[in-house]
Amino acid sequence: MSQTQTVTKMIDIYIMGKRYQVPEGLTIQKAMEYAGYKLIRGVGCRSGFCGACGTIYRVKDDPQLKYALACQTVVEDDMYLTQIPFFPAEKAIYDIAELEPTGETLLRLYPDLMKCMGCNSCTKSCPQEIEVISYIADALKGDIASLAEKSFDCVMCGLCAARCPAGLPQYNIGLLGRRLYGRYLAPRSQHLADRVAEVEGGKFDAESKALMEMPDEELRRRYNERDIER
Amino acid sequence: MYPPEMAESLDKVAATRERRLQETHPTLPPDEKKALLEGFHPDFVDGGMSEIKVGPNKGDKAPNELADLLEGNTRVDPKIIDLETVDYECDVLVIGGGGAGASAALLAQENGANVILATKLRLGDANTVGAEGGTQAATKPQDSPTIHYLDAMGGGGFHNIPELVEALVKDAPLAIDWLEKLGVMWDKDTDGSLKTESGGGTSRKRMHSARDYTGLEEMRVLRDEVRNRDIQVLEFSPAVELVMDEEGKVAGAIFVNLETNEMTIVRAKATVLATGGGGRLHYQEFPTTNHYGATADGLVLASRVGARLIFIDTMQYHPTGVAYPEQIVGQLVTEKVRGLGAHLVNIDGDQFIYPLETRDAVASSVIRECKGRNKGVITPTGQPGVWLDSPMIDILRGKGTIARELPAMLRQFMRFDIDMSQEPVLIYPTLHYQNGGILIDANGQTTVANLFAAGEVEGGVHGRNRLMGNSTLDIFVFGRRAGKAAAERAKESKIGKPTLDHVNKWQQQIKEAGLEDRPISPMLLPDYTRHGRIASLRGSFAGGLE
Repeated sequence: MSQTQTVTKMIDIYIMGKRYQVPEGLTIQKAMEYAGYKLIRGVGCRSGFCGACGTIYRVKDDPQLKYALACQTVVEDDMYLTQIPFFPAEKAIYDIAELEPTGETLLRLYPDLMKCMGCNSCTKSCPQEIEVISYIADALKGDIASLAEKSFDCVMCGLCAARCPAGLPQYNIGLLGRRLYGRYLAPRSQHLADRVAEVEGGKFDAESKALMEMPDEELRRRYNERDIER
Repeated sequence: MYPPEMAESLDKVAATRERRLQETHPTLPPDEKKALLEGFHPDFVDGGMSEIKVGPNKGDKAPNELADLLEGNTRVDPKIIDLETVDYECDVLVIGGGGAGASAALLAQENGANVILATKLRLGDANTVGAEGGTQAATKPQDSPTIHYLDAMGGGGFHNIPELVEALVKDAPLAIDWLEKLGVMWDKDTDGSLKTESGGGTSRKRMHSARDYTGLEEMRVLRDEVRNRDIQVLEFSPAVELVMDEEGKVAGAIFVNLETNEMTIVRAKATVLATGGGGRLHYQEFPTTNHYGATADGLVLASRVGARLIFIDTMQYHPTGVAYPEQIVGQLVTEKVRGLGAHLVNIDGDQFIYPLETRDAVASSVIRECKGRNKGVITPTGQPGVWLDSPMIDILRGKGTIARELPAMLRQFMRFDIDMSQEPVLIYPTLHYQNGGILIDANGQTTVANLFAAGEVEGGVHGRNRLMGNSTLDIFVFGRRAGKAAAERAKESKIGKPTLDHVNKWQQQIKEAGLEDRPISPMLLPDYTRHGRIASLRGSFAGGLE
């Protein structure tokens, strides 16, 4: 498209240890596709929401492991990477309607919580920069509101669980905490309860029927003249 | 970080901000809106559509890329498939693992059905997770389902099917309540009132959100609930063809395991298609917000069994896709950014559209600003765009609003050193949604017996243009309705001898119409690989060498 496009610089990346040359500036995901991988695992929404493309990498001469979503992270020269598209973390089975929103419930469904040794590997591995260890501490304290708030931006990629030496499924504990909060602890909405009762009582049925049968011209007039809440 | 050549325009946006905070751009009168759409909306671009030559929608138009697949060749060879040897039998088969499929599976199971859910990638890999802005529902006293009805009809150009819109708006508060009871954390005020915002084309503040991770929050709760129930999930298993019985009823489907190529046959008394849209077909070479598996498979499967499609000649281009940086071009910048007060401005810092017009109109106005008036900003790769003036939000609503309400957006741009609370973001329309789809009634029943559809794959609910927040609503409303109706159907349905005769007949039609050169469909996945020198060796190894 551009007339000013210059020759793209190629860089070396190592996908599961094998070297490929790819143009600089690509995301890890697009670099893998450039290298010839037709992805089935490790790809989903391609927008940073689904958590399918959790990736662990390291850059040459730096021993520190780094963590990323492949669709949101640009390749670097001499990047060694592998994807963790699935991790066999535990997920408790429960009936949300039968639970008490307490710390005891969390501990009963996820007893391994007690094994957290406070190493902070989970926080360091989170590509969403969530303070994972902090919400695990909330879970141990039974502070479900804080757990729900702090874990909210989790895309459930599972990298925290993959790195946890105690084998905790942090992201599933966060999910349980948020569901308990949403169902039991968040303040109730009276206007929602009222509206549900009105709909179920048929309050709008006659007016709806009238609109459905209204001549097109009249419907358009009403639409164009409707007031807008700002 | 923006390149230096954009600095001058960025200065103009900042310089005009104080003035613009006082001004409201006029809304479009109906005749001007019509002219804008016909002049600049991609649906009206010459050469973008083809007439479909076979199947239940013969004679209708569809985007070229979709028409090719709708006229495509089957992936299966009926001669060598033994339909009598089935891998699974169930009451209700749900095809698709997004919000609509999960809702359908849950309601079918609650209504006594033995349910199998099969999906192309993982459970939850769907456009639902990428939905950022919110879900519409008339839950507030100053709003009502009938006002919602009017907004949806007007947004769809009055083409919507009234019975479907009525179902959508009536069930909307029930869907919000259902999700809350499952544990969805809606944004609320301290007294429990649901926070609601405006969306393009809505006359009331009706958008219910969960920060700007609304769809992700909805999906992760539904996925968890599916896993808690006695529902069998088959992942990495896209459907390649529906199976019928000798009476012409749908009787299950054939799936392929993407990793092993193994075929799976499921026999079902009722089937729900919830396969989503087709953004990955990249109509007119647009980038897309859609997930990797969005290849319009459901439209192909439905066509092959004779189910009617409706409004497949209209696609939604979301007005605000990322135009810079290059790495994330086409990804979504939620409409909530405009809902919270941000203007759209051109290279000179001037507004050119009321920011909350319907999406078709806003997208067309951005294209007009860039291509018709030369008032766009051009990035180093040649991509045009206009500014979405996000810093206005914190000015209007207080510092920290962006961090609180738009954490996903803030994070997305911060990864590229752009702080959207300080600087505007550059946007251009991106392919977002399939407005039409499989024709259904208010219970999700298609025109073919025992086949139901829910979510983006169906059509008629949104007419020719969907409003923001009505898609995540659609998946719950029609997912629930279809799941329940399918469970009821399964109780009375008797499936006869399974057959692929319809596939044989399809291939015959294609041959007679001279369309044998059409691609194999459904597509299943797009191909973004750079094909280097691919080996054509005997006994070639690995996937991808088809």
